[in-house]
Amino acid sequence: MKFLFHFGRYLSLLRLAFQRPEKQSIYFRQIMVEMEKLGLASVGIVAIISVFMGAVLAIQMAFNIDTPLIPSYTIGFVTRQSVELEFAPTIISLILAGKVGSRIASEIGTMRVTEQIDALEIMGINPATFLILPKIVASMIINPFLIMMSMLLAVGGGWLAGIFTGLFPSAEYIYGIQSFFHLYDIFYAIVKTIVFAFIIASVSAYNGYYTKGGALEVGEASTNGVVYSSIAIIFMNLILTQLLLA
Amino acid sequence: MIEGKNISKSFGDRLVLEDVSVSMEKGQTNLIIGQSGMGKTVLLKCLVGLLEVDHGQVFYDDREFSKMSFNEMKEIRQEIGMLFQGGALFDSLTVEENVMFPLTMFTKQTPQEKLDRANFCLSRVNLQNVNKLFPSELSGGMKKRVAIARAISMNPRYLFCDEPNSGLDPQTAHLIDELIKEITIEYNMTTVVVTHDMNSVLEIGEKIYFLYQGKLWWEGTKHNILHTDNAELQAFVFTSELTKRLRPVKGVGG
Repeated sequence: MKFLFHFGRYLSLLRLAFQRPEKQSIYFRQIMVEMEKLGLASVGIVAIISVFMGAVLAIQMAFNIDTPLIPSYTIGFVTRQSVELEFAPTIISLILAGKVGSRIASEIGTMRVTEQIDALEIMGINPATFLILPKIVASMIINPFLIMMSMLLAVGGGWLAGIFTGLFPSAEYIYGIQSFFHLYDIFYAIVKTIVFAFIIASVSAYNGYYTKGGALEVGEASTNGVVYSSIAIIFMNLILTQLLLA
Repeated sequence: MIEGKNISKSFGDRLVLEDVSVSMEKGQTNLIIGQSGMGKTVLLKCLVGLLEVDHGQVFYDDREFSKMSFNEMKEIRQEIGMLFQGGALFDSLTVEENVMFPLTMFTKQTPQEKLDRANFCLSRVNLQNVNKLFPSELSGGMKKRVAIARAISMNPRYLFCDEPNSGLDPQTAHLIDELIKEITIEYNMTTVVVTHDMNSVLEIGEKIYFLYQGKLWWEGTKHNILHTDNAELQAFVFTSELTKRLRPVKGVGG
């Protein structure tokens, strides 16, 4: 029952958020600002996680494929496939849900408890459109770039792991990452990323928007934003995988 | 003029406002007073449309506000300035940007025109050299003054103030009261102030509504509030040592 209440309220907030903006030039500028705050500010963490994720994947693969029956270029191939299909779009989105989601929920939640949202409404501005729409649009634009960067860095991380550990030859790894490449896999990853970006921004914004109380409740909204967007990502991951790959 | 007719509002089972009717006059500071938890802020929020009334009507110069959709309300809201209890300045914007914000959203003024207007509004509230500061760098009184500057930037017809001098020292509180009184006359606005500060009541209370247990208990002016026979209002007014001293003076003077 409680789930239905929140889901209904979430949908009606989205309906409010997707109304025509008061002044489009301001919203365009807002989208740029949000792209910087939500996307560019996450480049560092995404880069670090991706390089190490790719390196660990390649090393684990090298240890597990310890037989002459499987060619060593398989390490490169499997690392690329794992990163491309799952690790970059899903794991990085889950990390962004933690970083970006908590930021969105706490920012909007603080604006709610300090009456800044009421101030917007009094001025005749639709606060849902003004605050939420640019965040959703910005995330949906910038996240695919972050995920593509993550893919490249993770594959690169795997290559570096090979060089530093000597577990597999560099040429074999490079041959592996070039083998059996399907452009559709990238399309699949991008579609997932865009859907996850929408979930991160909208679910976190919903949790912040209806915050009541003070600092304690803002913290709670921030946590809930991360938890619920992560659950929604995992659930949608299953559905999208079934729809796009089955 | 703003009129609230037979306003009732409840939250769940709790009735917060019961059949309250008020009439806020143009060019005057109209006060809603009462103890904490008596429904003052709820009444203010019902009047500005931040809360939907359960029963009753709200009129802005004969335009029925309570029946309007969000988009219809927008037109009237651009004629409203509001000063929130904590200022409600946008944290991510500087003082100057905060004051220019309504102009940016709703006018086609050039950046220079907006800046000139912002500077005028800031000087009107006696603030200089704070344009580039962020709200977090301001004192409580300065935040309130910036909020007033933002509220008057669009030349509003209606001004709402929710506890404008709460948390301020008596001198700054007096300055804010004076400012509200001055701009009300200057812009010929309908000003509504929610307060429980007796100094404000005696300084700017041209028309006063006293709420008690969610009902309109008394209405009058600053001139007759000290002569009231209403027991609940007396208990509210003559609480501090300072106001208690006013009672015998009234008795002697007739």
